[in-house]
Amino acid sequence: MDQVANYLFQIGFSFSIFILISLGLAVIFGMMRVINLAQGEFLMLGAYFCTLCNHFGINLWLSFILSALAVGVFGIIVERLVIQWLYGRIIDTLLATWGLSLLLVGGVTTIFGPQTESVAAPLGNVQVGAFGFPIYGLVMMAIAVAALAAVYAFWRFTRYGLIVRGTMQNPTISAALGVNRSLVYMLTFAFGSALTGLAGAVLAPIVGAYPTLGIVYIAKAFITVISGGHLPLVGTVSASGLFSTIDGIVATVSSSVIGEMTVLFVAIILLRLLPLGITGRMTRGV
Amino acid sequence: MRLSRRQFFQASSGALAFASLPHVLRRAGIAAEDPIKVGNILDRTGILNIYSLKQIQATAMAVDEINAAGGLLGRPLELVFYDSQSDGQYNSQYVTEALVKDKCVVVHGGITSSSREVMRPIVNRFKGLLFYNSLYEGGVCDRRHVSTGMVPAQQLEPLFDYVVNELGGKRTYILAADYNYGHITSKWMQKFTRDNGGEDLAVEFFPLDVTNFQPAISRIQAAKPDVVMSALVGGAHIAFYRQFEASIGKDNMMLASGSYGVGLEHTQLSPEEGNGIILATSFVDDLDTAEAKDFVSRFHAYTGDTGYVGEYGEYGERGVKVWAEAVRQAGDASSDAVIEALASGNVSVVGAGGQYTVDGQTNHTTMDIHIVRGNMSQTFDVIRSFSQRPPLDTQQVCDLHANPDDKTQYEVEVE
Repeated sequence: MDQVANYLFQIGFSFSIFILISLGLAVIFGMMRVINLAQGEFLMLGAYFCTLCNHFGINLWLSFILSALAVGVFGIIVERLVIQWLYGRIIDTLLATWGLSLLLVGGVTTIFGPQTESVAAPLGNVQVGAFGFPIYGLVMMAIAVAALAAVYAFWRFTRYGLIVRGTMQNPTISAALGVNRSLVYMLTFAFGSALTGLAGAVLAPIVGAYPTLGIVYIAKAFITVISGGHLPLVGTVSASGLFSTIDGIVATVSSSVIGEMTVLFVAIILLRLLPLGITGRMTRGV
Repeated sequence: MRLSRRQFFQASSGALAFASLPHVLRRAGIAAEDPIKVGNILDRTGILNIYSLKQIQATAMAVDEINAAGGLLGRPLELVFYDSQSDGQYNSQYVTEALVKDKCVVVHGGITSSSREVMRPIVNRFKGLLFYNSLYEGGVCDRRHVSTGMVPAQQLEPLFDYVVNELGGKRTYILAADYNYGHITSKWMQKFTRDNGGEDLAVEFFPLDVTNFQPAISRIQAAKPDVVMSALVGGAHIAFYRQFEASIGKDNMMLASGSYGVGLEHTQLSPEEGNGIILATSFVDDLDTAEAKDFVSRFHAYTGDTGYVGEYGEYGERGVKVWAEAVRQAGDASSDAVIEALASGNVSVVGAGGQYTVDGQTNHTTMDIHIVRGNMSQTFDVIRSFSQRPPLDTQQVCDLHANPDDKTQYEVEVE
């Protein structure tokens, strides 16, 4: 019984990490087709904002929201200064965002130093049989699912979501229909950035904040979104579900290393069999 | 002798001009101001720089203090710093540059065992001298390599004796970083567990970028050890101590480590997360000795940074002090002369952590060791001290007097 609870927790915990780190990328890369190599650093900035808020005595849950907003604003600045000139120029975007990533790592190291800044994980643990699980892990799962549901509802059921999806699908027609294309791009980029900032803030209590934090997660996030295929949300959810189930079970049975290796191995096989990703053949959905 | 007026002017002006030439002035001091070049290769940047930053400053401080006191053998020291950026490629590039281009007579540096093993063959090829100022897994037998840090027989043996026998931590669960330090150290941890009549339940390795320790923590909970032994390394692995406290807690299971603290983890974790972690060390700022207090206050004054210095900072001064004493005894700063002096076994200094004596048989250092425990004020309480522990593990396998050409790193065997 407690073994079952343990596996469920490990899978759920892994799922929440996969969802959190790739949701922002699903918007920026999955929808907008902007290869943002600085995505990991946006995550790192979110974590730093969270530790800063904590430093000033701001409530942790409020800091999550503030961090998301702050990184969202930062996203607007980056979009206006860099990204908006580079839509459709994949290699140039790649170089520019890679440069931005190096700049952010260097800048944060200069300002905050290389050491890990930390936020204590709140809430203690809950005991199930032989296992104690951090309650914060359960909260992370809840936040991940809530973020997912919010993004889905926003995309699927609001007028703004419709406009964004239409603009991403065919910018010229949308512009002809009176949509301010540049504004939509900017806000969508900011939205993706805010989701990434939220992820960084939520991860801060379990991994801390340090300048090279993003490097640990960036590859995983891209693999998840790419494996998901062309429907950013459905794809990211299904890929996260698949990978976290594998990771949760294999990492618990053997080791974290074997768990990660298995995930990469499965991703390779998956992309060989379904080159367009899990949602490659689906035509409807977001 | 009589001089005509013309002859006098010729001679005196010539002499004056000649004597004014700077290089002649310098040479006339019998090479007195020719600096002795000291290389320092550490990570100012890169993922592991947290281990190096204080050591870089302490090395510079030690060199500056020697210069302020008149230099070595009447010559000033010139410190040449190279940033190895936590990347072995730069260690190999810069150690070559230090020895060949900059002609450093000694290189202090290398933080990880992997960086040391990159540099050691190059130091041997160019007949240089490497001071490796870092705790490590032991066993390097090489006269061109000097270890001033702790090895397992010094650090882990008393730690395991204390944890297994006195605290009753018979069943151990070992977590280690996935490179040569972690692999060899985990074997020592298994050996010391068994030597004390305990049982090592499992050994797990983690690459340096792992941050999700939940699966490992669930395996620990299923195995129910008395104590978890960590040889984890680097900023990402700090997450383990955080997640351990959030799911198991040190009230329910002991946590001891051979590598905690040297990356100043205790200043980065919350008081609850660091409280109660047990480790063995050769220096913490909290040592109640005049030398330790003097070092910490000098370091604070020198750097303007009043934060925790820690063991890896102190290693910077220790390495330079030990080397400088060897130079004084040799009466010559060249690498080979210093190696000869070290072989005598008489090179001994008093540093911040007490007496440091280089063992001539192994080029490892005898030092005081302390068992300490993390407390709620993010520092350490000293529980017990051991005076002058020799590097026994390396002494058992290495004899540089008998085999001066040995270059091997001997590894422990665990049946």
